[in-house]
Amino acid sequence: MVTVSTTTRTAQDLTAQARDVLGVSRLTNHALTSWLHGLPGVDQVGCEGRAAALGTRSVKTTSKAWAIDTAIGMIDLTTLEGSDTVGKVRSLCAKALVPDPLDPTTPRPAAICVYGDMVATAKAALGDSGIHVAAVATAFPSGRASMAVKLADTRDAVEAGADEIDMVIDRGAFLSGDYLTVFNQIAEVKQACGTAHLKVIMETGELVTYDNVRRASYLSMLAGGDFIKTSTGKVQPAATLPVTLIMLEAVRDWRDLTGIQVGVKPAGGIKTTKDAIKYLVMVSEVAGDDWLSPEWFRFGASSLLNDLLLQRQKLTTGAYSGADYVTID
Amino acid sequence: MSRLDVRKTYKLYIGGKFPRSESGRSYEVVSATGEFLANAAMGSRKDVRDAVVAARGALAGWSGTTAYNRGQVLYRVAEVLEGRRAQFALEVASSEGLSARAANAVVDAAIDRVVWYAGWTDKIAQVLGNLNPVAGPFFNVSAPEPTGVVGILAPQSSSLLGLVSVIAPVIASGNTAVVVTSASRPLPAVTLSEVLATSDVPGGVVNIITAQTAEVATWLAAHRDVNAIDLTGVAGADGVDWAALEAEAAGNLKRVHRPTLLDGVPVEPDWTADPGLTRIRAFVETKTVWHPKGL
Repeated sequence: MVTVSTTTRTAQDLTAQARDVLGVSRLTNHALTSWLHGLPGVDQVGCEGRAAALGTRSVKTTSKAWAIDTAIGMIDLTTLEGSDTVGKVRSLCAKALVPDPLDPTTPRPAAICVYGDMVATAKAALGDSGIHVAAVATAFPSGRASMAVKLADTRDAVEAGADEIDMVIDRGAFLSGDYLTVFNQIAEVKQACGTAHLKVIMETGELVTYDNVRRASYLSMLAGGDFIKTSTGKVQPAATLPVTLIMLEAVRDWRDLTGIQVGVKPAGGIKTTKDAIKYLVMVSEVAGDDWLSPEWFRFGASSLLNDLLLQRQKLTTGAYSGADYVTID
Repeated sequence: MSRLDVRKTYKLYIGGKFPRSESGRSYEVVSATGEFLANAAMGSRKDVRDAVVAARGALAGWSGTTAYNRGQVLYRVAEVLEGRRAQFALEVASSEGLSARAANAVVDAAIDRVVWYAGWTDKIAQVLGNLNPVAGPFFNVSAPEPTGVVGILAPQSSSLLGLVSVIAPVIASGNTAVVVTSASRPLPAVTLSEVLATSDVPGGVVNIITAQTAEVATWLAAHRDVNAIDLTGVAGADGVDWAALEAEAAGNLKRVHRPTLLDGVPVEPDWTADPGLTRIRAFVETKTVWHPKGL
């Protein structure tokens, strides 16, 4: 069971906190721009090199078994399709409750991630299992809607019982340098979340540069995000190792700066156990072991769970497993 | 000045590509008289794993082609084999220690064997299927369907005729194959993979791994995503216990094609004999459908 403690923050609180961090008397777009553009630039070659180097670790036997179980416990099991039905969401919840019927010791994923209208269905199916329900909100995946609609979308999901809200930022505003708008939107959504956990999706595939990823990470944390998340999964490229590396550095430095710990969630394109283990190595090496729990690190994935289960079966039985031994999602 | 020898280091054939072994190992292949012939990749259990993934991926496409089309593809394989007969004859002669004349006869027989199975593809259903008489107003039809991914331990001594005689019946009915070659005589199999890659056989339908049989056979037999295994190649393989392999194969109720036994000891069958339908029949499943008759 994942324990996530979240305090209610109002938009005024967050603005006041941001003024303190920036050391300004009034939070303006100019102040935000100076602060974000004053962040050190990302060394692209160095970043990609380090991400690639961390991906070469060989993780075997007992370490691998631990990594697989840890990764399963960090999954936000996701279905975000226009064709989602109540039945599909229920069967996904059933899978979260019993990931591998052949082995009851298999851990459960951290959460189920669905569209807002499926929250009540997922909540009912999961009962008091402790598995969270995360809802995407704020006109996911494009984020192109008025603020009133985004806030209504968020409140709707929270009222339906969502434990976690995955919001998207306004990439248009971000890319045109209107950081204050992005800040205010995140802060207002955070307020609308109440006690629900807020994950801020930056859609790094649309942010063009690594410098922008770093700026968006800091902006999201400044505005009260409890998690920063790479992507919606609807845009290519989705989560990559270098982008996650930058985000992990950002949350590590943010805790040093403010004392507030923020989580990281790569989402989209993580399909194999090998990929997942690379991310775990990176979390440990870059952010530190404090982040190696479902409370602070999540995978947004759907097919990853099946591959982890196959690898787990291989370790348990000693024979390679096959698709006949996991569910078809 | 004499020209330097071009010493070849062959690779595996997995998913239509020619990768090196994941393990990075290779071994020296020598002729029947002990002369160096070439280096072959020494496949590992992870190469077997990758080959099974490739074979599983290719299954839907290959089993979904028409039987007629599979016959054309097999015939095309025979054509390309014919085009490279000189190379095959040399490799068979050096691997098996045969005279040029005897090696040519083996290549002829191998090509004829492929053509024979090419002719069978669209006749399997007529011979192995049936319209069953039932006491009711129903059509009751039984038809053979491919078993799925088939692991093949290829014969140790007959490096070309034996090899095509175990691969062709498996793919003729629409299965895909993971083949572990003869450990000491792998060169004709390597050349066959070059033939398969340049004929119309889709990548992944046949995957060829040169390896020490004892090292990889257990992994193939125990693999849960393999639907059947042909144990022909245990005859003459060092350190392989075919009964243990059959026990491993029972883990997911694989179809097992046992080796030919003589007084309880596996021996290689006579590859020049009429193959019959035994090997085709071993790797198909019968599906029976009831359909109401219009009255």
